[in-house]
Amino acid sequence: MDLLIKNGRVVDPERKIDRITDVVIRDGKIRSIGTANDVELPVFDATGLVVAPGFFDIHVHLREPGTEEAETIRTGGNAAVAGGFTAVAAMPNTKPPNDNPSITSYIVSEARRSSPARVFPIGAITKEQKGETLAEIGEMVQAGITAISDDGKPVMDGQLFRRALEYAQMFDIPVIEHCEDLHLSKGGVMHEGVYSTRLGLKGIPGAAEEAMLSRDLILAEMTGGRYHVAHLSTRGSVQMVREAKARGLQISAEVTPHHFTLTDAAVADYDTNAKMNPPLRSSDDLAALIEGIEDGTIDAIASDHAPHHMNLKMLEFDSAPFGITGLETSVGLAITQLKLSMKRLIEMLSINPQRIMRVKPWGLFEDSTADLTILNPKRKWTFDVKHSRSLSRNSPFHGWEMTGKAVATIVGGKIVYEDR
Amino acid sequence: MLKRKDLLGIQELGCDEILEILDTAESLQEISSRPIKKVPTLRGKTVINLFFEASTRTRTSFEIAGKRLSADVVNISASTSSVSKGETLIDTARTLDAMAADCVVIRHSSSGAPATIARMTKAAVINGGDGAHEHPTQALLDALTIRQRKGHLDGLKVAIVGDITHSRVARSNIHLLTKFGSHVWLCSAPTLMPVGVEQMICDNSQFLHTTNSIDEAVADADVIMMLRVQFERMSESFFPSVREYFHYFGLSRARVHLAKQDVIIMHPGPMNRGVEISSEVADGPYSVIFDQVSAGVAVRMSVLYLMLGA
Repeated sequence: MDLLIKNGRVVDPERKIDRITDVVIRDGKIRSIGTANDVELPVFDATGLVVAPGFFDIHVHLREPGTEEAETIRTGGNAAVAGGFTAVAAMPNTKPPNDNPSITSYIVSEARRSSPARVFPIGAITKEQKGETLAEIGEMVQAGITAISDDGKPVMDGQLFRRALEYAQMFDIPVIEHCEDLHLSKGGVMHEGVYSTRLGLKGIPGAAEEAMLSRDLILAEMTGGRYHVAHLSTRGSVQMVREAKARGLQISAEVTPHHFTLTDAAVADYDTNAKMNPPLRSSDDLAALIEGIEDGTIDAIASDHAPHHMNLKMLEFDSAPFGITGLETSVGLAITQLKLSMKRLIEMLSINPQRIMRVKPWGLFEDSTADLTILNPKRKWTFDVKHSRSLSRNSPFHGWEMTGKAVATIVGGKIVYEDR
Repeated sequence: MLKRKDLLGIQELGCDEILEILDTAESLQEISSRPIKKVPTLRGKTVINLFFEASTRTRTSFEIAGKRLSADVVNISASTSSVSKGETLIDTARTLDAMAADCVVIRHSSSGAPATIARMTKAAVINGGDGAHEHPTQALLDALTIRQRKGHLDGLKVAIVGDITHSRVARSNIHLLTKFGSHVWLCSAPTLMPVGVEQMICDNSQFLHTTNSIDEAVADADVIMMLRVQFERMSESFFPSVREYFHYFGLSRARVHLAKQDVIIMHPGPMNRGVEISSEVADGPYSVIFDQVSAGVAVRMSVLYLMLGA
């Protein structure tokens, strides 16, 4: 696990580094940052490339245990490193759900055995994600979870969510909410608006997300809990998070690449790969998300990688499951669609995700574990879903031309993915 | 002949195509009044009626239309539950192609199901009604009925009253009538008026109006189109009771008198007498409800002929 990365643009906003230099890795750790000559190590020539702290996707579904025909920890890990991610946080809606320490331990050990990317499990907030009683959060923390969430199933019971925000403070872990008032969204399959009306599909109003987020922000303020909102999708949500942060709440927010790239117009021919939850919103919502990214309201980019077997996406739009894959297109879309500085891009894909999840930090400093993402921000490429490392094929970005790609992914000093 | 493989909705049709269908329907209408109601035009063609949703009149209408043109018509009633148990639309589509069907008429409770099947079949696909999306042949038969009574399709005031949100009939009629420059007044409770309906059509939006007042909608109307209201909407609190619904949105004789003297009253059927329309109106002199049914056979003959003939 020794490597000399030569002549790359080394960028780590947290350590205030941005210069062209070399990185020496020995025994899986960073030993030095600075010009290194006469070092007898395998050389990775990073001329013209960016060397960044390993990217961390804090919202993925790996489907194992339970739905291994759609994804496994191994294939999800392969997709992660192919997309430039050295680490992922895995949502608990497996079958059975990750609501107890034995499932957590299984995920941790299977990830060590088979995944090239590091996997941080997220535990359920409530037993079986039923929204009725708290799961064994403390024991799951001991087994390795870094956050709790009932992702996909919002906690509708306000009292219970209050307890979760309070209880989680014992362990200093974030409580992640998929904001959706299930009464307002009932039966909905796409964003409620002109397109849903024209297509005759049942809509999910933006208010379904905003009503739940507004309750959560009040509870976060009341409890002082650490609250993280998953996949923001509406203008109203962005505004509420902006105001809450201005009031001093310790909250954070993420956005998915599909929400800042596509609108509900993508559903026009009933493409089930444009069906996700929260749904693709209006162009006005999309513009607000980009504003939120640019002004720092939104902290992180997370893919909500949600693999589904092809058979399920061949159903009618009403019956097809929500979700698309995202690990391999996230970085390309972020660079192509957002005109961010390299510093801001790396903050959103690595520094802030690490901070939100309170993991032991990695980056470009001595003694850090050598988890690095090497980017070619000018590389033009076309996403071909047939060559995806994911077991599933449900992406709306097949055939998309993008500029900017992770060309190598290094985990523990080992090059686990390379595409130069 | 139509230069398209499928008929999925009115939205994508041009006025010229609509007129061709209506003109052809008129010329075919006479066949249904002959002693021997059959011509050999579509001999050897196979039309499959694939109905995932219960329907008597649309299915029968397509069946009669096909048979009067000598096509072989096969009816398949598939339950949607078998689809949700795992049979995909792709399998259904492949099965139909394997049977060498020339045309498939699909009715489905999910919007977009005919479009999905059309993408995967060689057979021509006709949308026989999908979810709350479109029901193109209903709008075409409505247009034929209107044109035969009024002589034209432009400059009319057409009130469409009832559950707009869940109505594919309303959507197809909105597209068709505004394309020809008639004013469409949508009338329903705010709970049954779809979000953004004013922008639903890209062009001609000056011809689309909304109101919660049936009196405003039917005032000086040339055409009143009543929509069927489904009782299960009550349990979802779209409206509180049948009595209250009829009070605000039912078509009584008094309301008919607000319209033009030569108003025609339409209903896609099946009617709920006493819920959205009173019996005296349904059976009254202005009602063309059964003319619509006759026009339905002619329009479906026309569509089958224009898509499969020659």
